[in-house]
Amino acid sequence: MITERVLTLGALAALGLVALAAHVADEPFTVTLATRAAIFALAAVGLNLALGLGGLVSLGHAVFFGLGGYAMGILAWHAQMYQPMRIGPLEIAGTQSMPAIWLVAVAVSGLAALLIGLLALRTAGVYFIMITLAFGQMFYFFAVSWPAYGGEDGLSIYVRNGFPGLNTLDPIQFFGLCFALLAAATGLVAGLRRAPFGLALNAARQAPERVRAAGIEPQRLRLAAFVVSGAITGLAGALFADLNRFVSPAMFSWQLSGEIMVFVILGGAGRLSGPVLGAAAFVAMEHWLGGIWEYWHILLGLLLLGVVLFARGGIAGLVTGRSHV
Amino acid sequence: MMRSARPALFAAAALAALAGTAAAQTKVGMITTLSGGGASLGVDTRDGFMLAIEQAGRDDIEVVIEDDERAPDRAVQIADRMIQSDRVDVLTGIVWSNLAMAVVPSGTAQGKFYLSTNAAPAQLAGRGCHPNYFAVSYQNDNLHEAAGAWANQAGYADTFIMAPNYPAGQDALTGFKRFYEGDLAGEVYTDLGQTDYAAQIAEIRASGADSVFFFLPGGMGISFLKQYADAGVDLPLIGPAFSFDQGILQAIGAAALGIRNTSQWSKDLDNEANRAFVAAFEAEYDRLPSLYAAQGFDTANLLLSALDKADIGDPEAFRAALREADFDSVRGDFTFAPNQHPVQDIYVREVIEEDGVFTNRIVGTAMEDRANAYVDDCTMTQ
Amino acid sequence: MSAALIAEQVLNGLQSGVMLFLMAAGLTLVFGVMGLINLAHGSLYMVGAFVAASVAAATGSFLLALAAALAGAALAGAVVERVVIRRLYDRDHLDQVLATFALILIFSEGTRWIFGSFPLYLDVPPWLSGPVELPGGILYPRYRLALIGAGLAVAAGLGLLIGRTRTGIRIRAGENDREMIAALGIDIARLYTLVFALGAGLAGLAGALVGTIQSVQVGMGEPVLILAFVTIVIGGIGSIRGALAGALLVGLTDTLGGIVLPRALLLVTDPATAAATGAALASMAIYALMAAILVWRPTGLFGARPA
Repeated sequence: MITERVLTLGALAALGLVALAAHVADEPFTVTLATRAAIFALAAVGLNLALGLGGLVSLGHAVFFGLGGYAMGILAWHAQMYQPMRIGPLEIAGTQSMPAIWLVAVAVSGLAALLIGLLALRTAGVYFIMITLAFGQMFYFFAVSWPAYGGEDGLSIYVRNGFPGLNTLDPIQFFGLCFALLAAATGLVAGLRRAPFGLALNAARQAPERVRAAGIEPQRLRLAAFVVSGAITGLAGALFADLNRFVSPAMFSWQLSGEIMVFVILGGAGRLSGPVLGAAAFVAMEHWLGGIWEYWHILLGLLLLGVVLFARGGIAGLVTGRSHV
Repeated sequence: MMRSARPALFAAAALAALAGTAAAQTKVGMITTLSGGGASLGVDTRDGFMLAIEQAGRDDIEVVIEDDERAPDRAVQIADRMIQSDRVDVLTGIVWSNLAMAVVPSGTAQGKFYLSTNAAPAQLAGRGCHPNYFAVSYQNDNLHEAAGAWANQAGYADTFIMAPNYPAGQDALTGFKRFYEGDLAGEVYTDLGQTDYAAQIAEIRASGADSVFFFLPGGMGISFLKQYADAGVDLPLIGPAFSFDQGILQAIGAAALGIRNTSQWSKDLDNEANRAFVAAFEAEYDRLPSLYAAQGFDTANLLLSALDKADIGDPEAFRAALREADFDSVRGDFTFAPNQHPVQDIYVREVIEEDGVFTNRIVGTAMEDRANAYVDDCTMTQ
Repeated sequence: MSAALIAEQVLNGLQSGVMLFLMAAGLTLVFGVMGLINLAHGSLYMVGAFVAASVAAATGSFLLALAAALAGAALAGAVVERVVIRRLYDRDHLDQVLATFALILIFSEGTRWIFGSFPLYLDVPPWLSGPVELPGGILYPRYRLALIGAGLAVAAGLGLLIGRTRTGIRIRAGENDREMIAALGIDIARLYTLVFALGAGLAGLAGALVGTIQSVQVGMGEPVLILAFVTIVIGGIGSIRGALAGALLVGLTDTLGGIVLPRALLLVTDPATAAATGAALASMAIYALMAAILVWRPTGLFGARPA
C-alpha cells in the first residue's frame, strides 16, 4: 500500500520533473503551467489545513489569495512609479524584492484571517461557509470600486520582482522558487499534523468535547489553524501575482474561492498529497479540455461531478484505495 | 507542443488546414471572450476578424484563437502560451479593458505587436503607450466624449449622468463631462453587474433633469432600458453604442426605439468597404454585423495591409507599415494619431426597426476627426 | 429627498425583496428538509428565464411563458435531483458545494450551447406595461406592483402549503426527524424529489418574472444566487419565515443603501467622490449586514439554536 508520505513526495517529484523536462525540451509554456499548478497547490495547502484538518469549510479563501496578490501589486507599483506610499505621516517606499513582498503578504493575509476568523468562528457549519463567502464578496466589491489601485482594471507590474541571486524572469528559475515554497509549506503542514497542535486540531474536528475536557479550547485551535491557513494562501497569492505580473479584483472573486476548494477536494480533502494532486490535475484539465470543444466547461463540470460522486477521497483516495487518511 | 485553433472554430481550422502549419509565416494569437455572459462580443470580434482573413485568401497566415473566459489571469496564461509556445507575432482580440491591462504591457514589452479590436484604456493611450501597440477601435473615452458633444448640439442643459462604479465607468463620466457644457442634474454610480435600476430611475424622475446620459454595457444596459421604458419616464436618453449593439438590440426590443447613441461605425455608413462588409458578413454568418464585428474586420484588414508592405520579421518596417493605416476601413477615413489610436468621425445613431429587426441608422455627426485626450501624455520615442 | 421619492424607493426595496424571497424559499426548504447546500439554485433561475423567453417568443403569451418557466424549472430540478442531488444527501457540505459548483458549469455552458451566446428577448406584456399613479402622486410601474402582488401571493400560498396540507406536514416532519417519517411509511425519496422540484419551480418562476425586466442571458443566476444565500443566512437557514424577513431586509438595505450613502457622503466631500465612494460602500452594505447579524446571532434571525 502506498503511504501518504510516498504519495506526497511522488506527486511533488513528478511536478518538478515535468517542469525540468519541459525546460530541457525548450517548452517554456509547460514550465509556466507547472508554475501555475505549484502556486495553486500552495493556495490549496493553506485551505487544506483549515478545511481538511480543522473542518472549517471556508468559501472565502480568495480573500487571502487576493490580499497576497495586492500586497505584491501595491508594493511593486510604488517601487515601479518611484512614489512612496503615504499612510498618514508615515512614508513607506515600495519594493520589488520578493522576500520583502512575501513577508508583507503573509503578515497582511494572516492578520486578515485573524480578524475574519474571530468573527466567522462564532458560527459553524453552513453558516461558516456563508459568512466566509460574505467576507469574500465584501473584499471583491471594495477592490472593484476603490479607484486608488486600478479598481477593476487591476495593476500591471511590468517587470517580475527579483530574488537575490536568481533571474526570476527565467521561467524555470521562477518555477524553482514557487516549487521550493510549496515543498516548504507542505513540509510545515506535515510537521503540524504530527505536532500536538495538529493532533488536537484533528481531535477538535472529530470530538470537540473531549478536547475541551482535556483543557484546550477548540475555538482557539481553529482560529490558529485559520490564521496559518490564510497566511499560506496569501503567500500563494503574491506568487500568483508575480506569475501574471498583474493583480485584479478577480483574485477576490467567489469563483476563485470555489476553485481553491476544488483543488483540495479533487486531490483529496485532508490528505497531505491532496493539494498538489488536485491543483496539477485541474491545471492539466483546464489546459487540455480547452482545446477539445468550445463548450469545454461542460466537460470540466462532468469530470468534477464524477469525482465527487464516484471517487470519494479524490485522486489521493483513488491511488491509495482509501477515502480517508 | 503544437496547438492549432479549436476545432469548433471552423474558419480558423479550415484556414490552418488549407495553409498547413509549415507554410504559415505570420502567426496571430487571438484572445477573446467565447464563453459565459460576455461571449457574444468575442464571437462577433472573432467572426469579423476571420471574415477579413478568409477574404484575403492568403495561405501564409495562421490564427490561433483561444477563450479568455473574461478572466484576467486566464488571459495572461493564454498570452504566455501564445508567446512562449505558439510563438505568435501579433496578439489581438481582447474585449475588456481590465484584460487588456493584464496582457498588453507585458506582451509589447516582449516585442510582440498588439492590435486592439476593442478595449483601449487611457493608461495605454497616455503614459503607457508603446510603439508596438495599436488601437484600431477607438480610445475608450471617445464615444462618451461624443455623447457630451452631442448633448450640447441637441441643446440639453441639465443632464443626469450614470455609470457603473469601476474604472471604465468613471472614465465614461469623465469623458462625457470633457465636452459637455450644461449642468448636471445628478451623477450616480451603480454597482458593476447591477440588474435592477428602479432606485436610479426614481432618482432620475425626481431630479428634474432634461436628459439622461448612461454607460451600461451588455446585460446591464438591457435591464436598464427595459425598466426605463416601463417606468414611463420620457426624458431623452443618450449613451455610447455599447448598449445598442446589434447583438443585444433584439433582446431590448421596442424599448430602445428612437434612442440616440454614439458610434464610430454603423451598418448604414455609406462607403464601398462597409457595404461589401455588411453583405459578406450577412452571407457568411446569417446575421447582421455588430460594432465588434466591424472592429475585428478592420483590425484584420489593417494587419493584412501591413503584411503586404513589410515583413513582420522587421519590426521597424512593419510598425511603419501599420502606422500608415493603408486599408479600406469600413468607417471611411481612418488615420492614426501619434499615440497610435484612431483619428475618425464619431456619429450619432438612432435605433430603428427595419424589416422586423432592430438596428441603428446614422442621424448626425457628433465629432469630426476626433483623436483622443491623451496624445500629449504619450512620449513614444519616434 | 421628498417623501414621495422615499416611498417609491421603499416600494422598490419591497419589490426586490419579494422576488428574492421566491429564490430564497426554495433554497431554504431544500436545506431545511434535505440538509443540502445547492449552489446550482441560480442555474434553475436561469433555466426559468430562458424557458419563458422561448415560450413567449413562440406563443406570444406571457402567462403561458410563466407557467412554462415554473414547469420547466421544476422538471429540470426533478431530473437533477434524481440523477445527481440524491446521491449527495448523506455527504458533507463540502461534497455538496463541489458537486453543485460543477452543476453550475454544466448548466451555464449547456444553456449557451442550446440558446447561443446572445441575450434573449422577453418583455412586459402590454396589459402590464407602463406606470400607474399611486396616492401621493407617485408614478410606479404597473409590472413592479404586479411583482409585489405575485410575490406576496406565492409567499402566502407557500405558507398555506406548509402549514395546512398533508404534504406540508410531511415536509415539516422531514425537517425535524428523518427517521420518523420513514417509519411512518412516507416515501422519503418521492418527498425529496417533490421538495426539490418545488424549490426549483419557484426559482424558475422568479427567473421568468425578473428576467422580464432584466436581461435574459447566461450567468444571470449567479449574482442572485449569492443574494439568496445572504438572505437565508440572515433569516436562519431552513426557516421560511426567516427567508421572508431576510429577503425584505436585504431588498430594502440594497435599494436604500445605494440612495442614502452617496447623499450622506455629500456632506463631507465633493459630488464625484461622494458618488463613487458611496456606491462602493453601498455595494458592500448587505454583506456587512449579514456579517453583523451572524456575529450577533450565529444562526440567523429565525434559525434553530444549536443545542
